[in-house]
Amino acid sequence: MEAVIKSNRYVLKVNNSALFKPFVFVLCLIPILNLVWGGFNQGLGVNPAETIIRSLGDWALYFLLFTLAVTPLRKTLGLSALMRVRRMLGLFVFFYVCLHLTAYVWFDQFFDWDEILKDIIKRPFITLGFATFILLMPLVFTSTNKMMKRLKKRWKTLHQLIYPISIMATVHYFWMTRADFRQPALIAVILTGLLGYRLYLVYQKRQGIKH
Amino acid sequence: MSIIIKNKSDILSSEITDQKIYDGRREFIKNMGLGTAALLAGANMSIAEAKTQAQKYKNLAKSQFSTTEKLTDFSDITGYNNFYEFGTGKYDPAKRAKEFNPDPWSIAIEGEVEKPGVYNLEDFIKPYALEERIYRFRCVEGWSMVIPWVGFPLADMIKQFKPTSKAKYVEFVTLYDKERMPGQALRVLPWPYTEGLRMDEAMNPLTLMAVGLYGNELPNQNGAPIRLVVPWKYGFKNIKSIVKIRFTEHQPTSTWNKIGPKEYGFYSNVNPEVDHPRWSQKTERKIGEPFWAGKHKTLKFNGYGEQVAHMYKGMDLKKFF
Repeated sequence: MEAVIKSNRYVLKVNNSALFKPFVFVLCLIPILNLVWGGFNQGLGVNPAETIIRSLGDWALYFLLFTLAVTPLRKTLGLSALMRVRRMLGLFVFFYVCLHLTAYVWFDQFFDWDEILKDIIKRPFITLGFATFILLMPLVFTSTNKMMKRLKKRWKTLHQLIYPISIMATVHYFWMTRADFRQPALIAVILTGLLGYRLYLVYQKRQGIKH
Repeated sequence: MSIIIKNKSDILSSEITDQKIYDGRREFIKNMGLGTAALLAGANMSIAEAKTQAQKYKNLAKSQFSTTEKLTDFSDITGYNNFYEFGTGKYDPAKRAKEFNPDPWSIAIEGEVEKPGVYNLEDFIKPYALEERIYRFRCVEGWSMVIPWVGFPLADMIKQFKPTSKAKYVEFVTLYDKERMPGQALRVLPWPYTEGLRMDEAMNPLTLMAVGLYGNELPNQNGAPIRLVVPWKYGFKNIKSIVKIRFTEHQPTSTWNKIGPKEYGFYSNVNPEVDHPRWSQKTERKIGEPFWAGKHKTLKFNGYGEQVAHMYKGMDLKKFF
């Protein structure tokens, strides 16, 4: 079955395309360009600060899901090209997280560091959001080929941090939501599927060892 | 089936497009486009434009309680609403309340009161002189507006119905009708929406029953046809589209208090000293100001302390938040 999909000519075309990576790179910039465009054209609604902060947070979470979708899509569809953009997608998670955090510090708190510190200490959803940001840092700093080589096996273990990070980010979203939980619930369902797939792989591997 | 074929003489000259219009047909279409643009611009009306609109309520009495602060744009007041009966998104009510028809409307008066009954809206508001009240409006989420309401003091209405000595609280109920309020199909809140005030709060001269804003009827998304306005309390206390007013001996529960007792108290007075558990209430964003311009300090009782602080004397407002 897998072999059939892998030989699908569209899959082959994508896998062999040199333009795939630059194409995805441009796609990844659309959300921020869209916000900048809206900012200059009264396109951010009645409460632009809210629109900016929320939208950046949403996209950070979406990119996290995209990153986690790479392995399942590669294995099921044979889209090996996705491996070439996995690191880039991961870095875009951090890019949108940084912008999300900056938007909060700037347009919500206006650099009132006292209040920001209080928020981080007192408000569980902000504590969790901030912790998520901190946990992303070691992944960003070790994202280079050089660090990959240096850390060897430990690199993979370290980068499995993305699993707890993804759960924390989703809980952060749940905890900031008021009354209507449909959107965070949808994110949670998709995340459960993506993480569940990993558990399935582990299970399969163990079965393989037994036989 | 018969096919009627008109003779040339059967066609009235008035049915024929005027030659001038025909010749200028491109111009005509362009003008139609402009008309649409003007219509769309209506959704983006500024203060000056909203004021020059045909006004339903004329010669409204001015109020000593009105603020002189700059009014929030009509388009912002009517485009950014928390009205979950029409969806949980802030931009939902403006879109999804369009079809709502608040006419006819009746209001039931119940409970500890001498003159209970069901009244139709026109009879209900007829006895009162409408006035304009420009109030600050502070949402629990941390944003604020300045809104020119049209209405009458709730106290005047309460006196009419003569509450009994047992009446210590007033409970308000919003319409519950899934057909007309599509947001109620989703159980995000326990419908119908209810709110309550202590009797002295209800009788306070600031407390308003609003039937309009910017000199016209209340737009649907703002709680047509009649809503409560309690300017020293957070926005969600200002219950919309009221169908029932009940006088009670015991403190009624309110919708948000029911689903989040730690976050939304019965009193919910605007108070920068008492944080919402998830965010600070010290500052507010004034809708209409540039988003990079910074926030403003929130005032205790939303700046209406002079008129209302005495009602809470001796109360621990951190406990009774």
